[in-house]
Amino acid sequence: MLGTTLILALRSIRRHLLRSFLTILGIVIGVGAVVTMVTLGKATTAAVQQQISALGSNILQIRPGQGFGRGGGGPQPPNFKPEDVEAIAQQVAGVTAVAPQASASATAIYEGANWSTSINGTTSAFLTVQPWPLVAGRYWTPAEQEAGKAVCLIGNTVRTNLFRGADAIGKRIRLGNISCDVIGALSTRGQGGFGDQDDVVVMPIKTVQRRFTGNRDVRLMLVGVDTDYQTSTVQAAITDLLRERRHLTGGRDDDFNIFDTKQISDTLTGTTTLLTRIVAAVAAISLVVGGIGIMNIMLVSVTERTREIGIRLAIGAVAREVLLQFLVEAVALSCLGGIIGLVIAQGVILALVPLMQVPWTFDPQINIIAFAISAVIGVVFGYFPARRAAALNPIDALRHE
Amino acid sequence: MPDPLITMRSVTKVYGTGATQFQALKGVDLDIQAGDFVAVMGPSGSGKSTTMNILGCLDVPSAGTFLFRGHHVETLDRDQRALLRRRYLGFVFQGFNLLSRTSALENVELPLLYRGEDKKTRRELGMAALAKVGLDRWWDHTPAELSGGQQQRVAIARAIVTQPDVLLADEPTGNLDSERSVEIMELLTDLNRTANITVLMVTHEPDMAAFARTVIHFKDGLVERIEAQHQQGAAVEA
Ligand SMILES: Nc1ncnc2c1ncn2[C@@H]1O[C@H](COP(=O)(O)OP(=O)(O)O)[C@@H](O)[C@H]1O
Ligand SMILES: [Mg+2]
Repeated sequence: MLGTTLILALRSIRRHLLRSFLTILGIVIGVGAVVTMVTLGKATTAAVQQQISALGSNILQIRPGQGFGRGGGGPQPPNFKPEDVEAIAQQVAGVTAVAPQASASATAIYEGANWSTSINGTTSAFLTVQPWPLVAGRYWTPAEQEAGKAVCLIGNTVRTNLFRGADAIGKRIRLGNISCDVIGALSTRGQGGFGDQDDVVVMPIKTVQRRFTGNRDVRLMLVGVDTDYQTSTVQAAITDLLRERRHLTGGRDDDFNIFDTKQISDTLTGTTTLLTRIVAAVAAISLVVGGIGIMNIMLVSVTERTREIGIRLAIGAVAREVLLQFLVEAVALSCLGGIIGLVIAQGVILALVPLMQVPWTFDPQINIIAFAISAVIGVVFGYFPARRAAALNPIDALRHE
Repeated sequence: MPDPLITMRSVTKVYGTGATQFQALKGVDLDIQAGDFVAVMGPSGSGKSTTMNILGCLDVPSAGTFLFRGHHVETLDRDQRALLRRRYLGFVFQGFNLLSRTSALENVELPLLYRGEDKKTRRELGMAALAKVGLDRWWDHTPAELSGGQQQRVAIARAIVTQPDVLLADEPTGNLDSERSVEIMELLTDLNRTANITVLMVTHEPDMAAFARTVIHFKDGLVERIEAQHQQGAAVEA
């Protein structure tokens, strides 16, 4: 019987193509919107999380400068010194390591190839704070670090552009005015929110200070926090220490900023998740509106097809069959709308992903849920018109003009 | 004489309630033998359609008994009557009542669909029924592409495709000119004779009633008289 009913429903949909299309438009838009919004929302959240986790978790980033939003006027706050790095590492409880950074930019040259990149000077502590495996070669030794030797680890982008697949370890490259031995090749970190993280040459900080910046300044410190400690406690201790070291007394503002990457991550993730929920809720409302649209048009259809229902009843359809026909018709319509909505959503997602710079994802769960909802909407909003059709009296229905 | 196919005893039908109440049938007694060709005549409002609706198991009497093939139809519920119609009855209406935007063949196949016949059987029986009314070459035309007479013949094909015991036709020629009407009557006569289908037909045209073997005259919700005709179609052929 269900087979028969399905045939009848599909025939009827085919016979009234334009009306069928208008009927399902609401569902198409609803399903399409829900799936697009949820998928893109999740992708955005994932992208943000990926970028944050590229920074490492349980890390405090310390930079000189006034807090955000305060005037840019006044003298530039001083950079940190190697002594500050030492002090934090020695005196603050809960700190696993402190990696200083001094940076410069230069053109790297190897045989005919050259490539502009940035140079990151640091100590072996950066490996403790933010592990970065090698694909080949070795890290520098403590002796090389102390002596400020011209040795370097190269990021994947630099390696690709200079060596084009050839072995880089042990080769000597030119960096600006100096020659430098490549001792290690860093693994790929990929695209972060802060540009290509693999476009970098990492060297001992002393080498960078001596050969490039010409001073002992440290522009940035990355502090690893022991997971047994609260980052906020460690942050407060560092703040006190740095204020003392920088002679900030009384009511004077901090002239440095400490960012807690985990806190940034939580905040951003929370925000994107909330946004996703709000937008999905709005889209879900449009699904319900779509359902009401189906009911509305099914009711019109029942009235319009009263005579048809009369014919069916007269030739021996039982009430249940008429009910089922209209119900199946409504469900078939809403499922059709659901499928079209899903397909359109995939298209929209494909088009928007490059614009939003988020990774493409296919989330089977939301697709299944959205489709199931469209089927349920067909049942719920199709039932009332279908029952009305089934309750018609054949004689009256046949006489209906 | 064998037991009649249809027996009505003291059938009354009251429409509406209270002040607007109207008694359309006031005690109808009828016996119809299997294989008969019956014309129901009478002035407008005399209860012909009401009687046909009850005979067609589309409606139930307010009081009285209506026996069809031994079933007390007045005791059956809606769905049970639907199953009786599906199994034993075929309908032809004055207004043709075909599904629009639907081919002649699909219209004819419709009752078979409710009987659960498979696609191949539906196609074969549907084409055979269309052939019987001379429209097999028009099987893929929709009602809008057919003339009135052709539409009524499609409706007849739909009524007989299930090989019913009884074909009920309420003013089947009411919307047709006399030439087309005669064609329909000849078709009904042929079905009655060769397929042994009992035909019950309402008409107010004596020319059409002349094709019947039995003519039942209604007046004011009662059977006025029943007349047997021995020379079917005489009025036209003379
Ligand atoms: N559904 C109905 N409700 C109220 N009155 C009706 C209904 N159907 C028919 N009638 C009345 O019953 C009487 C008989 O109707 P009907 O059997 O259709 O007459 P006929 O077919 O002989 O012209 C008429 O007076 C008609 O107005
Ligand atoms: Mg009438």
